[in-house]
Amino acid sequence: MSAVIRPDAPVLLEIRDLHASVENQPILKGVNLTIRAGEIHAVMGRNGSGKSTLSKVLAGHPAYTVTGGSVLYRGENLLDLDPEQRSRIGLFLGFQYPVEIPGVSNLEFLRVATNARRKERGDEELDTFAFEDVVRERLSVVQMDPAFLDRSVNEGFSGGEKKRNEILQMALLEPVVAILDETDSGLDIDALRIVAGGVNQLSSPDNSTLLITHYQRLLDLITPDAVHVMAAGRILRSGGKDLALELERSGYEWVDAELARLDGEAAPQPAAPQPLEVA
Amino acid sequence: MSSTATVGDLVSQTYKYGFVTDIATDKIAKGLSEEVVRLISSMKQEPAFLLDFRLRAYRQWLQMEEPDWATLGYPPIDYQEIIYYAAPKQQEKKTSLDEVDPKLLETFEKLGIPLSEQKRLSNVAVDAVFDSVSIATTFREQLAEHGVIFCSISEAVKDHPDLVERYLGTVVPTNDNYFAALNSAVFSDGSFVYIPKGVECPMELSTYFRINSGDTGQFERTLIIAEEASTVSYLEGCTAPMFDTNQLHAAVVELVALDDASIKYSTVQNWYAGDENGVGGIYNFVTKRGQCRGDRSRISWTQVETGSAITWKYPSCVLQGADSVGEFYSVALTNNRQQADTGTKMVHVGPRTRSTIVSKGISAGHSANSYRGLVQIGPKAVGARNYSQCDSMLIGDQAAANTYPYIRCQQPQASIEHEASTCRISEDQLFYLQSRGIGFEEAVSMMVSGFCRDVFNQLPMEFAAEADKLLALKLEGSVG
Repeated sequence: MSAVIRPDAPVLLEIRDLHASVENQPILKGVNLTIRAGEIHAVMGRNGSGKSTLSKVLAGHPAYTVTGGSVLYRGENLLDLDPEQRSRIGLFLGFQYPVEIPGVSNLEFLRVATNARRKERGDEELDTFAFEDVVRERLSVVQMDPAFLDRSVNEGFSGGEKKRNEILQMALLEPVVAILDETDSGLDIDALRIVAGGVNQLSSPDNSTLLITHYQRLLDLITPDAVHVMAAGRILRSGGKDLALELERSGYEWVDAELARLDGEAAPQPAAPQPLEVA
Repeated sequence: MSSTATVGDLVSQTYKYGFVTDIATDKIAKGLSEEVVRLISSMKQEPAFLLDFRLRAYRQWLQMEEPDWATLGYPPIDYQEIIYYAAPKQQEKKTSLDEVDPKLLETFEKLGIPLSEQKRLSNVAVDAVFDSVSIATTFREQLAEHGVIFCSISEAVKDHPDLVERYLGTVVPTNDNYFAALNSAVFSDGSFVYIPKGVECPMELSTYFRINSGDTGQFERTLIIAEEASTVSYLEGCTAPMFDTNQLHAAVVELVALDDASIKYSTVQNWYAGDENGVGGIYNFVTKRGQCRGDRSRISWTQVETGSAITWKYPSCVLQGADSVGEFYSVALTNNRQQADTGTKMVHVGPRTRSTIVSKGISAGHSANSYRGLVQIGPKAVGARNYSQCDSMLIGDQAAANTYPYIRCQQPQASIEHEASTCRISEDQLFYLQSRGIGFEEAVSMMVSGFCRDVFNQLPMEFAAEADKLLALKLEGSVG
């Protein structure tokens, strides 16, 4: 249902009528979204609207069951693939809460992950020395201290350090579609600038980014091409960057009215809702 | 497909050492009696002191009862159903490797332990023990140039009877425990190491134990003596074929470190563990103890226990000499129906003695893994210190981990620290690694080896990578 911003660019991700549940509880109830190369999309919405679930389903978290719909990644059925395979072919999820893994060196983790992606692309795998050169260069993207490479993955990192480590991973994996799940949460303004700067640096006409966020402040730093409002497991409205500003002013109260109206119709969701015009 | 796999899906490993070598074997009849003990001793043409040692042990054993305090469950062992001596038929005495049956050399080659001149490991001397006898020891001449004696214990009894008589049974007395008494009565072979005063052993010493016969017990005996200011690092490895019966392995290892001597003893134990339903596998009842007799001496145990249906093993240090140091670093991995009850005893006798215990237990499948450790500080151990850290990792939701620390302190000026933790590999951790392109099994093994890093760092370099691989192999499941 999302707006066509770059009609000539190839479609990278196509989500159609996606339904998913966790522990038999339906969360996603028919999500439609098309992302083309070079686009930055933002998904906004209140807590519990299904934003984070969407990101986890796309990345293949085993706790979520897809109950309907489809997701095509560059024309390939994404839902058939293991999470590791999704990453290798260029899908990246930046975690809202990056996980600590004691005992596993961050450098080694980054190297194994990078090599898994390189192998898939037919590039030569990097040994420890070659990789150290690559990673040191990429550290600048997020202004990270090399000391973090010697520590265990995310262990004892502050909130901001964890998020920077996520963007560092993104810089190394060079994803085609990056989904950043509330990457702005828990960041002070300086860390937010660094993280947003990193994302902007990594954006190119060949890749795309899906930002999941509560707040306009991230979108002040990363300008989205399209903004989508999620509620009750589907996308209620889509628009341009102004939609985010409008939300910032008027909040989400209109969402309740909209949902009540939809429920009042008591009809199943149409498979292909009307496209919305984008400014 | 790993997308639907959970941690609990990890099932039985493939055991690549499960083959049997088809070789003619001399075995004695099943069962244990005084006659059998005498027969073993006479077949080995042993001196009188050793026969007396065996007979004393046998009589003590008859009076003893099998211990049942460990957190282990297994059907009673019928000691009359075991063959106590089996040896591959070959020439009386092999003077060179050329005379060793090629089948045996091939067996060890298959196990990754090449013995022949051209292929052997460059900086590791190996003693290869097949069933009850040692078949070859490499680099003996080179070691002899430094005065280091490295041979099978049977040869040591013949060539250095004075040393054997002086030290055998002085660390682990014949009546120490049920399995030690049994071993003392019927032990067949094992390694002997003697490092003279002031010598730093120029290479790693290693013994590779292989059980081949299906109904034979292996009772090896190892004795390592480090004279004043000498240093040695020793490693043992163990494998066995897959049988659906259980074989008994009851070894005794004794270490003696005199003033300023240092012994590092590492084990990578990969006996056959039985199948995923717990059929077959080795019963591993082992007594290992080191005595820091001299001042400032040091004994360090590192073990990676991955095999055996049952492991009952507590490598210990008696810290007699002033300022002596005992260390125990352990990784015990159990999977399927394996059971392990393992740990250490640090007995502080002398003043300012120090000990460190780092134990990492990993339980997967339906296995049970217990750490059992004693820290004892005697009245004269003024200023003694101990630090213990016992961490358990659970994989899946059917495995058990227990920790039984015992502390006895009779010295008010001692310091004892104990830390313990239990963790699980969480689905979120696995998903995080997977979402970075790292496969399910590689993700598990990365986390397990991260968990074990403190211990692997203690292994000799050549073997640390092996241990990592071994653990990964052990956790390899039906997924992927």
